[in-house]
Amino acid sequence: MTKFALRALLGRKLRTALTAFAIVLGVATVSGTYVLTDSIDKAFGSIFTDSRKGSDAVISGKSAFKLGDGMGVSAPAFDQGLLEKVRALPEVAEADGSVNGEAQLIGKDGKAIVYGGAPNLGFSIARGASPFNPLSLVAGSWPGKNEVVIDKSTARKEHFTIGQNIRVQAVGPVQQLKLSGIVKFGSVGTIGGATLAGFDLPTAQSLFGKPGKLDEIAVASKSGVPTTRLLGQVRGILPKDTEVRTGQAQAHEDGRDTNQFISFLQKFLLGFAGVALFVGSFVIANSLSITIAQRTRELATLRTLGASRRQVLRSIILEALVMGIFAATVGLFAGLALAKGLFKLFDAVGFTLPNNGLTFETRTVVVSLLVGIVVTLLASLRPAMRATRVPPIAAVREGATLPDSRFARYRSTASVLLAALGFAALLWGLFAPGLGTTGVLLFMLGGALLVFFGIALLSVKLVPPLAGALGWPATKIGGSAGALARENSQRNPQRTASTASALMIGLALVTLVSMLAAGIITSFKTSVVKIWKNADYAITAQNNFSPIPVAAADAIAKTPGVISVGNVRAGETRAFGKTINTTAVNPATTRMFSLDWKEGSGAVLATLGEDGAFVDKGYAKSHGLEVGSPVPLTFPDGSKELFYVKGIFAPPTGGSPFGPVTISAASFDRHVDRPQNLYSFVLMNGGQTTANEAALDRTLRSFPNTKAATRQKFIDNQISGLKSVLNILYVLLALSVVVSLFGIVNTLVLTVFERTREIGMLRAIGMTRRQIRRMVRHESVITALIGAVIGIALGIVLAALLIARVDFIVLSVPVGQLIIFGIAAIFVGILAAIFPARRAARLNVLQALQYE
Amino acid sequence: MSETVAAPTASEARAPSAGAVVSARDLTRRYGEGDTAVDALRGISLDVPKGQLTAVMGPSGSGKSTLMHILAGLDKPTSGEVTIAGTEISKLNDSDLTKLRREHIGFIFQFFNLLPMLTAEENVVLPLSIAGEKPEKAWVDELIEKIGLSDRRKHRPSELSGGQQQRVAIGRALVSRPSIIFADEPTGNLDSKTSGEILELLNRSVQELEQTIVMVTHESRAAAIADRVLFLADGVIVRESKDISAQDVVTAMDELGG
Ligand SMILES: Nc1ncnc2c1ncn2[C@@H]1O[C@H](COP(=O)(O)OP(=O)(O)O)[C@@H](O)[C@H]1O
Ligand SMILES: [Mg+2]
Repeated sequence: MTKFALRALLGRKLRTALTAFAIVLGVATVSGTYVLTDSIDKAFGSIFTDSRKGSDAVISGKSAFKLGDGMGVSAPAFDQGLLEKVRALPEVAEADGSVNGEAQLIGKDGKAIVYGGAPNLGFSIARGASPFNPLSLVAGSWPGKNEVVIDKSTARKEHFTIGQNIRVQAVGPVQQLKLSGIVKFGSVGTIGGATLAGFDLPTAQSLFGKPGKLDEIAVASKSGVPTTRLLGQVRGILPKDTEVRTGQAQAHEDGRDTNQFISFLQKFLLGFAGVALFVGSFVIANSLSITIAQRTRELATLRTLGASRRQVLRSIILEALVMGIFAATVGLFAGLALAKGLFKLFDAVGFTLPNNGLTFETRTVVVSLLVGIVVTLLASLRPAMRATRVPPIAAVREGATLPDSRFARYRSTASVLLAALGFAALLWGLFAPGLGTTGVLLFMLGGALLVFFGIALLSVKLVPPLAGALGWPATKIGGSAGALARENSQRNPQRTASTASALMIGLALVTLVSMLAAGIITSFKTSVVKIWKNADYAITAQNNFSPIPVAAADAIAKTPGVISVGNVRAGETRAFGKTINTTAVNPATTRMFSLDWKEGSGAVLATLGEDGAFVDKGYAKSHGLEVGSPVPLTFPDGSKELFYVKGIFAPPTGGSPFGPVTISAASFDRHVDRPQNLYSFVLMNGGQTTANEAALDRTLRSFPNTKAATRQKFIDNQISGLKSVLNILYVLLALSVVVSLFGIVNTLVLTVFERTREIGMLRAIGMTRRQIRRMVRHESVITALIGAVIGIALGIVLAALLIARVDFIVLSVPVGQLIIFGIAAIFVGILAAIFPARRAARLNVLQALQYE
Repeated sequence: MSETVAAPTASEARAPSAGAVVSARDLTRRYGEGDTAVDALRGISLDVPKGQLTAVMGPSGSGKSTLMHILAGLDKPTSGEVTIAGTEISKLNDSDLTKLRREHIGFIFQFFNLLPMLTAEENVVLPLSIAGEKPEKAWVDELIEKIGLSDRRKHRPSELSGGQQQRVAIGRALVSRPSIIFADEPTGNLDSKTSGEILELLNRSVQELEQTIVMVTHESRAAAIADRVLFLADGVIVRESKDISAQDVVTAMDELGG
């Protein structure tokens, strides 16, 4: 029997390969994700360890609480006097201090050099020979006063040569520095798209606005001194705004944000791999069902020869197992290629990832194989159960049909129930109070799976009417071939439904995403239009979200024609035991924002003063705040201050630039080291004119990482980020659409095979090859359209549910896009039909008629 | 020289006679319901003696296949009983029936029903491998010799002629030495010369291996090798002959309108 199962697979190589492909893609994504993220992780890991290699201990500034990343705030720098004290410690062999921060290199075109989202690292180098220096010199010399060294790849890409002047900007305005040397980082092949800029300590201190201060002291102990002893000794002299860690611990700390990002990326990509596998399981189940139906006689013969039901079950499952192993193995290695391709792709779009060669972990192998095999096996269960119901008499009876299972008559009820249960779980996950994030996600995931299963089962009932309606154009365009195609698609509703269901899932998700995006964009636009009262321009970072130096706003304020500049600063504080985003505004903003005040008025913006704050409605409600209530804030430097609520506003659906608590910029600056603006808004004489724009641009030339935008431009800029995220989502979801495309190919190939005699007959009575091809193509398109219609409808429903739950998104149906999805489905249908149609048209009439 | 034996009387028919491999009592089979119902069998009782070749003949639609399916346990009678090798089969569940097939029943089909991906030899030993038994090499060799396929052991069915394929099928039916083999028109899909060869092979199986066979056939030549011929018309046995000649078969069939 084992032999039989294996031979059965070998006897149908093409069909097996086509079926297996559905799983190959999913597994490749799983393994590709692991290889990619592991490789990035390892490359980053070695960057972080290399950079701390010479350090036994590292002293750094300490913030009062753990800070999130990217809000433009970092732990406060400490006084450089500490360095001499550390050097004086008996167990310390060497110690060097450094400062660091974002440092933009300005390209020859006057624009900041940025590769994708990679950071622009700036730091001081105490001396080249320092054991703490992870860099090695490729050419030139280490930097002296007003000099800079940069990394090799930036130098190459931007054609910088030693001795020339480079403009660099950190906190203040742009500075001219001389390029003294070119450096390379440790052992890593590329450090990704990051740019490196090294300075001597005084130059760095002035660039980063930290005169007389240090961010870090790296310490090496005398040989033979245990690290614990060194740490103990250092701790003895540490001021309270600093802390010390071992070099290793510091490397770990340095990598924390990166690790979080990598782990997010991994889960994110695995999620899409999961979708592809889920769709793949539909394709597998469907292909197996069709194959088994076609093998009825063979299976029945086995039964007459004494095979038990259990043996039939086992042989089908064994086939699935072998196919699963094969598909998973191919997928595993395809994933390796995929990861390689992704590195290249990222590189090509300028987002170079650090790359130290591909990492192939045992976990990748185990998980990929396991997932591929288990999914295939699960998908084969139902078809295998069906196969056991093949009665022995089918060996002799033409067209014997499978007896229905005992549960067949409950099928419709069960599928309705399943879908209903799924929706209930979704609703519960969305609206039930008190579920944790994990709970919400689990309910939603489980609910979505049930809904998809239920709808897939139910769609059998939808196929005849849908095929009738969607097939109508086929009968008009395709003539008799089109009419036959419509008939064919209704002939076996179960088969058409299963095939369409795979596509349905992908399209439901695509629709969901596009609905959410449309909702977010619409509500964001409305919000900006509402809040933005009479400012003429907004100043933002080139990438639209990074914080910008306060110096930029100060320079803008002095630009001719500028009436006033309203600034919004952003940072983090702790309030009521939680770390919250905290924003700050200067009085000028009162002329620029129009907020929906529940308590107080627009005047509050100008009159926050020393201890005033305004809060959003939700925060006020959850913390029982009203006008006059005290809000105690703890700043990163550890200082605590009481603020009093002066106003409460209701943020519009699309959100506002303000955090839960907003204070005055003056108070903010007193507690935050090197504050930065998130946005600045500019009011100008004469409003939006070319002259005004030119004036702003002239000023901003000293701040190459900033730009000015009108309201419309500002909205477009902000949305463009969302649109690229959206495109990434579409690409990833396209993967599951491709899987379902293979499902259609598979079904058609099997169907053509099954209808060989019929096709021969059609040819014999005068149908041309062209007409045969057209018939197959139309059937394919009808199937795809059925999937699209059900999928889009389901996607709209799911999106409506989600949007009902999430406050900041409004319901808006992107009709144009949905039509595009429909057209895309037609293309999927046409594409899927190419190969099967060609096979059908190629059939030799005589042979086809004799076919048994 | 022919001898006509009356169908067994009702009193004789009560119990399955000793020595019969398969017995049937009062079989009826109705297809469908109401106005469109068809009575394919209308009261058939018979015994198949051990070591004999029983031929079943009759016009198309007379119920031969239906009878065969019911005798073999592939289909259930509307009423009546079938006993195979001492077991009354109407109460058997699927796994008992499976066991019965493994131990006692062999099939030869009109369309051969070979598994295309297995070689001739693998097809022959398939019932044994399904039952989890190891084929005895000497026996398999003898069998393949007997069916005349010694030089075709490794060929796939698609590489064999129709006659050769049916030989493989006969080998497959014989390999587990079943108590009985059912063959429904085994020559129905073959030309006249090949049919003769196949009939001869079946005859030798009975003579040399003492194999019990029930065969539905339209071949008048089958009469020459059959120990007994049952004539069916409209779902009843109308005549039972021992040692009937081919010529008499033709006459009998003409009378039955077949
Ligand atoms: N599955 C079936 N459903 C309905 N009627 C059937 C079925 N099988 C056979 N019959 C009918 O039963 C009668 C006997 O058929 P069958 O046993 O195949 O005859 P034979 O093999 O002698 O030609 C015929 O009238 C036939 O139409
Ligand atoms: Mg028949």
